Amino acid sequence: MQYLLLIYEDEALSPTTDEARTAMMGAYFAYTKELRDAGVFVGGDALHPIATATTVRVRDGRATTTDGPFAETKEQLGGYYLINVPDLDAALKWAAKIPAAHTGSVEVRPIVDFG
Amino acid sequence: MQPGGYLDARRAVEATVRERAGRVLGGLVRYLGDFALAEDVYQDAVARALERWPVNGVPANPAGWLVTTARRAALDRLRHHAVRAAKAPDLALLARLEHDVDDDVLDIPDERLALLFTCCHPALSEEARVALTLRTLGGLQTAEIARSFLVPEPTMAQRLVRARRKIADAGIPFRVPGRDELPERLSSVLAVLYLVFNEGYASTSGDGLFRVDLSAEAIRLTRVLTELLPEPEVRGLLALMRLTDARRDARVGHDGGLVTLEEQDRGRWDAAAIAEGIALVRGALADRRPGPYQLQAAIAAVHAEARTAAETDWWQIVGLYTALATLAGTPVVSLNRAAALAMAAGPEVGLAAMDRPEVAGPLADYHLWHAARADLLRRAGRRDAAAAAYREALARVTNPVERRYLEARLAAVTP
Repeated sequence: MQYLLLIYEDEALSPTTDEARTAMMGAYFAYTKELRDAGVFVGGDALHPIATATTVRVRDGRATTTDGPFAETKEQLGGYYLINVPDLDAALKWAAKIPAAHTGSVEVRPIVDFG
Repeated sequence: MQPGGYLDARRAVEATVRERAGRVLGGLVRYLGDFALAEDVYQDAVARALERWPVNGVPANPAGWLVTTARRAALDRLRHHAVRAAKAPDLALLARLEHDVDDDVLDIPDERLALLFTCCHPALSEEARVALTLRTLGGLQTAEIARSFLVPEPTMAQRLVRARRKIADAGIPFRVPGRDELPERLSSVLAVLYLVFNEGYASTSGDGLFRVDLSAEAIRLTRVLTELLPEPEVRGLLALMRLTDARRDARVGHDGGLVTLEEQDRGRWDAAAIAEGIALVRGALADRRPGPYQLQAAIAAVHAEARTAAETDWWQIVGLYTALATLAGTPVVSLNRAAALAMAAGPEVGLAAMDRPEVAGPLADYHLWHAARADLLRRAGRRDAAAAAYREALARVTNPVERRYLEARLAAVTP
């Protein structure tokens, strides 16, 4: 089964020093390698901060484009992983190892299989 | 057969079926590899049994009969859906069913533990865990569960449907967790069982006739769990339930009013339940892996061992609460410790402990904190302060039986 691990974190907690940034990237590189070595990695990316987001809605045939995320939230989507594992327990174990899980939240969503 | 005879027979059949619910359903989930399908065909089989057995008699191997009937129902359902493009797993299952369906089922593997852990998975909401556990392991009808929790039947039915859907869609596995996950997952199971017990215990008065005895159900399921997984905390929980339930008859006065532990007629306590509870908690603690349920059971045991309220070993209780606070501290635990401390060392000492900011702060809106303070103020002879505290408690209490009790207490300290 494929699961999307959505990484939410308060951007205010983002690393501000070069050292902190390097340490964080190192942690994520290590985690990604672990996923690949285990053969469960399908995809994953970091996202630019919320300030770069744009939201599109089409209502009554009219498209509206607004600056910012779809909603203001305490924690913001900062990245994701797509993994292929046997069941939810396996997905939850991997989610708990994501560095942001310690300071933010990781939402685990099953992918619909149109088989 | 007389109409009365049929009703008796049907009731006996219902009991026989309920007794085996977890065993049969667990086996079906494992065999079919599909929780929702297993539940559906189980219900089909139960419906058949309720029709046939009161008339034809209960078969020699009731569980086996249910499994065979359920498998036939599964075969029907899968053949029905075989017209549309079947995914590979369904075809394999179909083949297996066709091969096995006429075989006698003599031995059903015991999958109750996997069933219990699946129903109590943290990915499900707590109310879903409770409902699913009572339905699958308890064998209760949706209507019975709805009535027990004072929720409309359609609401409960929806809750169960959503839970089944989540198990399927999110891929909640049907298994007993591995050693490293077991402590956390077990605590989820125990929390569900304790919640069911407390729900039953809180509703001793009222329309008990039409509501399933949830406390008895919780005890039954916890007992099954102690046989399947004799961890000390499981035995501790069963001990706590037995010791608490032992006081059931003494809790309610002739007028339906609340009778506190101090005032209870201990002659009305269930001696057999107490004996079992004490033996269980002693045995559990001997494993030297203490936990919150064992400690709470030990506290209940100290109370149970006192022939009269005056003979209660309060210092032992204070010690146990101190240990509980270290292991699983909450403001309520501190409150209960303070109440015990008052009994051991006097009301002023207890009040000082209750009024500490780390207790008073979080519990400012908790009616029992105000009621406990009021009681100590009363014992200390500070009647005006006691009256004020009882009023604060009354402003926050919701249970009508507790309300009546507090009103009587207030009247006693008001000139």
